[in-house]
Amino acid sequence: MLRFEFMRLAFAAGAVVGLLAPAVGFFLVERRAALVGDGLGHLAFAGVAAGTLLGISPVGTALVFAVAGALAIQWLGTRRHAAGDQALALVFYTGIALGVVLVSAAGRLDAGLFAFLFGSILTVESSDLWLILALGGVAFLAIGLLWRGLVATTLDPEGSRVAGARVAALDTVVAVLAALTVGISMRIVGVLLVAALMTLPVIAAQRLAWSLSSTFGLAALVGLGSVLVGLTISYYADLPPGGTIVLVAAAVALVATVARPVGRAR
Amino acid sequence: MHVTGDTVPAVMLDGVSFAYPGGPAALEDATLAVERGSFVGIAGPNGGGKTTLLRLALGLERPATGTVLLHGRPPGTRGGPRVGYLPQRAHLTAGSPVTVREIVSAGRLAVRGAFGPLRAVDRAAVAAAIERVGLAERADVPLRTLSGGMQQRAFIAKALAAEPALLALDEPTTGVDAASQETLAALLDELRRELGVTVLYVSHEFGAVEHVVTRLLLVRGRITFDGLPSELPGHLHDPSHVH
Ligand SMILES: Nc1ncnc2c1ncn2[C@@H]1O[C@H](COP(=O)(O)OP(=O)(O)OP(=O)(O)O)[C@@H](O)[C@H]1O
Ligand SMILES: [Mg+2]
Repeated sequence: MLRFEFMRLAFAAGAVVGLLAPAVGFFLVERRAALVGDGLGHLAFAGVAAGTLLGISPVGTALVFAVAGALAIQWLGTRRHAAGDQALALVFYTGIALGVVLVSAAGRLDAGLFAFLFGSILTVESSDLWLILALGGVAFLAIGLLWRGLVATTLDPEGSRVAGARVAALDTVVAVLAALTVGISMRIVGVLLVAALMTLPVIAAQRLAWSLSSTFGLAALVGLGSVLVGLTISYYADLPPGGTIVLVAAAVALVATVARPVGRAR
Repeated sequence: MHVTGDTVPAVMLDGVSFAYPGGPAALEDATLAVERGSFVGIAGPNGGGKTTLLRLALGLERPATGTVLLHGRPPGTRGGPRVGYLPQRAHLTAGSPVTVREIVSAGRLAVRGAFGPLRAVDRAAVAAAIERVGLAERADVPLRTLSGGMQQRAFIAKALAAEPALLALDEPTTGVDAASQETLAALLDELRRELGVTVLYVSHEFGAVEHVVTRLLLVRGRITFDGLPSELPGHLHDPSHVH
């Protein structure tokens, strides 16, 4: 199957997405904010619709919408204009409603849009791949450089504030990373399932790991494996890759959960 | 009050009042100046406002009226003291296993900031803090597999790893056995004497630290006593049961 250019592109983009989605999802899951990934997916959908309507790159507009939404939630939350889940509800339902309206306005409830909802192995273009590689690289670099700060604010936000860390800035980094991840994962897994790829590998890894850093590493490996296996199944069975990838990740999470029930909580 | 240099108090509260949203006043008109290198025991009944006082001092709550200064600066601003903080009933909410070393390493944030990797000196400081609370042998096991008292000691190590100038401990000895309490008291006294660390120590139980406390506060909605432990009037004795 690697004879085909489109499959090589899909595997290359998929490898980045498979590693990055759980790596960023790790921070969301630990912050009990897994739903943020889902909501940003809805916003990315509005971005795709807007791009389609304007006739410009839907990946670009999706990224803009998702990042703007992530910043809006941060802003609403830190200014205490709204409680956390209220800010989420406000931003995300606005996003999906806007998406529906824009799609109808464009008169384009067609296959192209379907590919963004559920992912597609046929639609990764080489320009997309470069964008995915560049943004993925930036995201991993940010995680690497800020690892300790991100971990400390995740484990103990108040302690980090007392230690003089800029907690709001680090929270914003996590939100923007989540938005970038949604934007670049969308081609492969689709906006409806991107949050699943951000959470299921982390859930699997939490059962199998022995430390925080091993959880992070295992989650990225499970994500990578799920994407590679899922894409292969998708190719041979002619299925949308979003579904096959997430089913593989879900199977791993289920096996891990059954095999190793979570250690006793404190 | 005009003070400069090292005579600036470690902690200063001036006319501080505070209420939680929609609640009655948790603390009223608290005024206090803590010299550097003091060991301040803070006692009082449940709900007296001890935790609130600490949180105000550290900038985790904003006073309704009055001002708070740490080393002459508002809490959380640059140039203030390095703070080690042990919250009351510290625990982890993470779903992942977190090792003792990982949680104690998070304490280095106060020293090293959020950016870049830990250096050899940081790793040595982390190992030393773990050693000091007697968890060297358990350093790389997940916290949730330790007993309650051991977990508490890990959180104490996290506060120590900050190499703090100000150490704020909220009921640090809850669930900690007598021998470890003695070790902690000796360690805190040593840090105070040798490094001039200021200690704020909230507890209901001063047995282990009785001989190292340099100043005692009783908090009961306001500061009702502030002085040497030996000056405590008879009717206020047994500070945990002041009603
Ligand atoms: N998060 C909160 N929201 C609302 N009220 C609070 C909150 N925390 C404390 N209070 C109230 O503030 C008052 C002081 O509480 P605080 O926790 O400071 O007491 P404490 O002296 O530390 O008590 P304890 O010995 O039980 O730890 C109490 O009346 C308490 O009900
Ligand atoms: Mg308390």
